[in-house]
Amino acid sequence: MRFKTFSSPHMAPARSVNRVMGQVLLALIPGTAAMTWYFGWGVLINVSLAVTVALACEALMLLMRGRTLTPHITDLSAVLAGWLFALAVPPLTPWWVTLVGVGFAMVMAKHLYGGLGYNPFNPAMVGYVVVLISFPREMTLWLSPSVIAELNLSLPQTFTAIFAGTLPDGLTWDTITAATPLDRIQTGVGQAHPISEIQASPFFGYLGGVGWEWIGLWFLVGGLWLLKRGVIGWQIPAAMLGTLTLLSGLFWLINPETYASPLFHVFSGAAILGAFFIATDPVSASTTPRGRLIFGAGVGALVFVIRTWGSYAEGVAFAVLLMNMMVPLIDHYTQPRVFGKTTAGKEG
Amino acid sequence: MTASSHKLWRFHGGVKLPDHKAESTTEPVAAAPLPQRLILPLRQHIGEAAVPVVKRGEHVKKGQLIARSDTYVGAHLHAPTSGRIALVGDQPVPHPSGLSAPCIVIEADGEDDWGDSRMPPIEDYRNIDPVKLRNRVRDAGIVGLGGAAFPSAVKLNPRPHQKIDTLVINGAECEPYITCDDMLMRTQAEAVIAGMHLVRRALKPERCLIGIEDNKPEAIRAMTEALGGEERDNIRIVAIPSIYPTGGERQLVRVLTGREVPSEGLPADVGVVCHNVGTLAAIYRAVVLGEPLISRLVTVTGSGVSRPRNLQVYLGTPVADLIALAGGYTDDVERLIMGGPMMGFALASDAVPIIKGGNCIIAARAADVERPGPVMPCIRCGECVKACPAGLLPQQLYWFSRARDFDKAQEYSLFDCIECGCCAHVCPSNIPLVQYYRFAKNEIWSQERERRQAEAAKQRHELRRERLEREEREKAERMKRKQAAAAQQTATAADGGEDPKQAVIRAALARAQARKAGQATQDTTAAAPVSENDDENR
Repeated sequence: MRFKTFSSPHMAPARSVNRVMGQVLLALIPGTAAMTWYFGWGVLINVSLAVTVALACEALMLLMRGRTLTPHITDLSAVLAGWLFALAVPPLTPWWVTLVGVGFAMVMAKHLYGGLGYNPFNPAMVGYVVVLISFPREMTLWLSPSVIAELNLSLPQTFTAIFAGTLPDGLTWDTITAATPLDRIQTGVGQAHPISEIQASPFFGYLGGVGWEWIGLWFLVGGLWLLKRGVIGWQIPAAMLGTLTLLSGLFWLINPETYASPLFHVFSGAAILGAFFIATDPVSASTTPRGRLIFGAGVGALVFVIRTWGSYAEGVAFAVLLMNMMVPLIDHYTQPRVFGKTTAGKEG
Repeated sequence: MTASSHKLWRFHGGVKLPDHKAESTTEPVAAAPLPQRLILPLRQHIGEAAVPVVKRGEHVKKGQLIARSDTYVGAHLHAPTSGRIALVGDQPVPHPSGLSAPCIVIEADGEDDWGDSRMPPIEDYRNIDPVKLRNRVRDAGIVGLGGAAFPSAVKLNPRPHQKIDTLVINGAECEPYITCDDMLMRTQAEAVIAGMHLVRRALKPERCLIGIEDNKPEAIRAMTEALGGEERDNIRIVAIPSIYPTGGERQLVRVLTGREVPSEGLPADVGVVCHNVGTLAAIYRAVVLGEPLISRLVTVTGSGVSRPRNLQVYLGTPVADLIALAGGYTDDVERLIMGGPMMGFALASDAVPIIKGGNCIIAARAADVERPGPVMPCIRCGECVKACPAGLLPQQLYWFSRARDFDKAQEYSLFDCIECGCCAHVCPSNIPLVQYYRFAKNEIWSQERERRQAEAAKQRHELRRERLEREEREKAERMKRKQAAAAQQTATAADGGEDPKQAVIRAALARAQARKAGQATQDTTAAAPVSENDDENR
């Protein structure tokens, strides 16, 4: 009897790309739910819109590149990129901002570089940074967390706000939007207010600001689950949050009135989301074990530097993109020791 | 089960695999019947092929030498049964290439008659002289039976500067499906232990460590019983964690001794020699019973046969015969594999024979072997880095191999890849990584070959040019001398002053000097590797 031959190994692989992506998406659910709780329907609308745009762009680009839609469209990577973008933008972001941001992410940052696996920069963060720089006003449309807001928009009202850009009668953008805790710290410190005075405002909760700290915690739950499942490695989250804690702690010890506490830094903004879901994007992150430590530490340090001395209140997106640039260099200098060789690559 | 207190080390990476071993261990080991035709490839081992010493039509006895290998790294071949040599020529052999190779085909006469070709049993084998042992192992054509088929006599002969302090016995059998070593230890533990004592005589190590994966409690029990305890006379049976590829020589040495075999070195460089349990049993049989290596234990298993089992098989038995003994193929059999599922190779046909290193035949259904989805792009997840037991960056090697950037691939230690398949197994993108590495290695080898050939051609060309120039020069000199001599002769004859005797002596001297000068140029070229027939006028 004759058989077809194949190269070894002859055991079916144990994982698949869409399983990996699917697990990451699952892990995003608790944090996304918390975010919806605190910032309203806009979060869900943004996620749905961004995912739809991402899938449409992915399909369009695959067709233009002469690729088949399956398996690429079903690998869930576009869904993930859209979702992450939606979590980065304010809940009332106008629809066309999402369109531009996600479109840029998918077309320019992903497919023009060769699609899945070939993009040097994190697509979601590229899209976010593009809209952050291009539409600064729209990127400040954060709301007061629902638990302390005087008024919360209903689903239809949110829908109208996002797609028509109009608010219910009697409401103005100024009355419903509110600066994030990170914004408040930056503005306050810039005006020489002591931190204790700034944090006396009702927007600051226990750790990272009302709402934000819980959102952070729920993203942490999802992230730890990913770690436990072995979907992501511990190196990037640990190095990023560790470095952020270390640096902010150091400055906080020197002067707690001009530098926010490490707990605030970790539980505010996108630190935890970034540590577990964004910086860990395997395609654009470092790929060696030691390299991932350096990569994560670099992101953590840059987040602190940008938040503290930069002109933007939050720095996760910039930090990730800047470290993406360093990846080839990091990977080159952090090759693991080969079995039977010394670290210098010689016989050992 | 043992509660071994021996300290164990870890090696980087490795994967936990579903072991699929229970399927083939339910039935006791049976002897496969004598096949009608036995096909014996001349090269069943690492090293040069053996040279036939029998002719077509000749009748041979069981155990008779039929092909010999006189190189240091080589192994003799013996007739597994008595019969007539039906053919000395090319036959399909079990090899990844699927090509044919020189073989000796024996038509069995059914007598299975040893005649007088059994080697004399060595009665006092416990005090055997190491040289005698080595010669016997060599005469018996024994190679490593774990799969690599390296001639065993070489591994009984450490270089003088290599002090061997540890003998490692490999009973790990880490690849899924394979159970022949397990069954051997369960049923012939005494032979294995006796073989180990023999090897100890040759190597004189301080200690001996027998490593068996902890998923083989029955084998551990049988071996412990045969040894007379878990530890005895610095011999220790060690249960090791079942992590593929812990049975790889380098990995096993690391796990048991904590030593790392240098990248391009051998275990002997770190004071260790490693033998497989099957090899030890074969050594025992060769020394004590005088039997050359003519049969082996083979696992026939997989979901593609209906009755998986272990068989004692005459070398040269066609795989198809073993499949029949294992109940035949199931309807949906898809792939036939020799060796394990991770490092074995797919057979194109079941007409090929069992060879010395053939420990397992797997008939697999599609669901067991096929990739569940299409090949996706690498997402650099780094799972392969975590799994690689050689400490490589498989995803980088993949990029370089794919881009044909072979220099870079070598810079990233491509040749330290042992092709264990861990990376491909954990790859979420279904990339056949090992295939890329094989491709890159082959390309580099063929480039290297071409480069060497080009260099040799260039050297030959240079030498030829030099020779032609020298001939030209010498011819010119001869002409000049002749002319000068003629001129002188006319001059001498003219004035008649000089003694003719003197002239003859001077002419002879000049000739001798010329010859000497010629020889000197000759000597400098004589050392060159390529020599052509030399010129006529010396």
